Amino acid sequence: MTTTLIADAPVDVDAEGFLTNPDQWSETIAEAIARENGIPELTDRHWLVVRFMRDRYLQTGTAPSIRALGKESGVPVKELYELFPKGPAKLAAKIGGIPKPHGCI
Amino acid sequence: MKTQIVILGGGTGGTLTANRLRRRFEPDEAELHVVDRDDRHVYQPGLLFVPFGLADPDEIVRPRRRQLHAGIEFHESDVESVDLDAGRVRLADGALLPYDALVVATGARLLPEETQGLTGDGWLERVFTFYDLEGAVALREALGRFAGGRLVVNIADMPIKCPVAPIEFTFLADWFLRERGVRAKTELVLSTPLDGCFTKPIASKHLTHLLEEKDVELVTEFSAGEVDGVGGKLVSYDGREIPFDLLVTVPLHGGAVYVGRSPGLGDALDFVPTDPHTLRAHARENVFALGDAADVPTSKAGSVTHFEGELLEANVARFLAGEELEASFDGHTNCFVETGFHKALLIDFNYDTQPLPGRFPTALGPLPLLRESRLNHLGKLMFQWFYWHALLPGREIPGVGPAMPTAGKQHVA
Repeated sequence: MTTTLIADAPVDVDAEGFLTNPDQWSETIAEAIARENGIPELTDRHWLVVRFMRDRYLQTGTAPSIRALGKESGVPVKELYELFPKGPAKLAAKIGGIPKPHGCI
Repeated sequence: MKTQIVILGGGTGGTLTANRLRRRFEPDEAELHVVDRDDRHVYQPGLLFVPFGLADPDEIVRPRRRQLHAGIEFHESDVESVDLDAGRVRLADGALLPYDALVVATGARLLPEETQGLTGDGWLERVFTFYDLEGAVALREALGRFAGGRLVVNIADMPIKCPVAPIEFTFLADWFLRERGVRAKTELVLSTPLDGCFTKPIASKHLTHLLEEKDVELVTEFSAGEVDGVGGKLVSYDGREIPFDLLVTVPLHGGAVYVGRSPGLGDALDFVPTDPHTLRAHARENVFALGDAADVPTSKAGSVTHFEGELLEANVARFLAGEELEASFDGHTNCFVETGFHKALLIDFNYDTQPLPGRFPTALGPLPLLRESRLNHLGKLMFQWFYWHALLPGREIPGVGPAMPTAGKQHVA
């Protein structure tokens, strides 16, 4: 774990750039992480997913899988991949300032 | 009045739980009910062998009723729903089963229709699964006809039952095609949504090495979004394509349908949120879950269900006696991984310790961990006897306890 500056704010991140302390997150940080990962602007649909992931993590201690996200957030899996290319669950978690989701077992 | 214990599911977990509880309680203390929609108990580890002609369907199916000891009432019916507030199960045939304690053991169900195109044209012609008996038998015919081309094994998404089974299938396919002289004309591909072939890093490395040795192409982080069974194309959500001549898929899994019809019982995928150490469901204090139906963070595998059984039985009894539950389940999982050519490797792990090399169950063995051997293959074959004669009756397998043994494991930095 290292401390780094994102949008001029010091935050603790893991080796892959996931925030390890969700309390250090802000919307400005989210926008900066999104830009760095190829999403120039976060639309309402992006925010819906990011907030859903973050709220779920803060309530339950784990982030939903991509399938649960598709079923419960109201954004279908196909669209999730359009919004967050490559790995929606991972990228939305990163932008939402929560730890990297554990793969299923 | 006698205590009522209702067990939903007459598979591995339901059967061994019912038999254990029947031994614990006198007939005049408790009534035991087991519900399942049919009377066919499939030895699921055997499904892997069916497509290669190494097991016959008849050998791996037995009546559920006959695995249940005397004094257990079997109801052959679908479950309509569970009413947690009333403490009552409604069966599809209208019967009501009130319970003092409920055990959910209805496993996982396959959801091939949730992947676009998967069950469309080409399904059971060039697109198959070996995760049910019908599919495994149909695949046997298709493999018998296979004369070369691209054979693609795909995991749609996690969680799935027995996460090593697709890897085993790939190893056995390599062996089978070599024996038939068509391996040189075959490109063998394994695609997975994970970032490696298995969920745990050290085992994943060993298995990846074996895949390379057997000339299998591994495609990672591939989330299957669509199948074109006519054009022979598997397309990921991010637009990558894998062409195939024969596709063997492990479809999406979910929990039993009635879980979704029972408010408060399940999660978005109809699995039952369950305390990983006590096996009590979060839904109510008188509801427990084990096996594939539970959402505990370990593999969905028969060995897990077996290791859960002893604690689950004791905790149901503790709850009924008004005592504190014991929180001792450690996530112990034990899997033989068939690698073909009469060999297998063995992995043994739990919530905290990933599969490590060494020996099992003690430092002297006899079984090597994470290494191919003939002895492990014999262990896998022998296991079927133990399954019907020790595991389902709810007895221990000699030398293999519920807690993961540590003595023979070599810790790797």
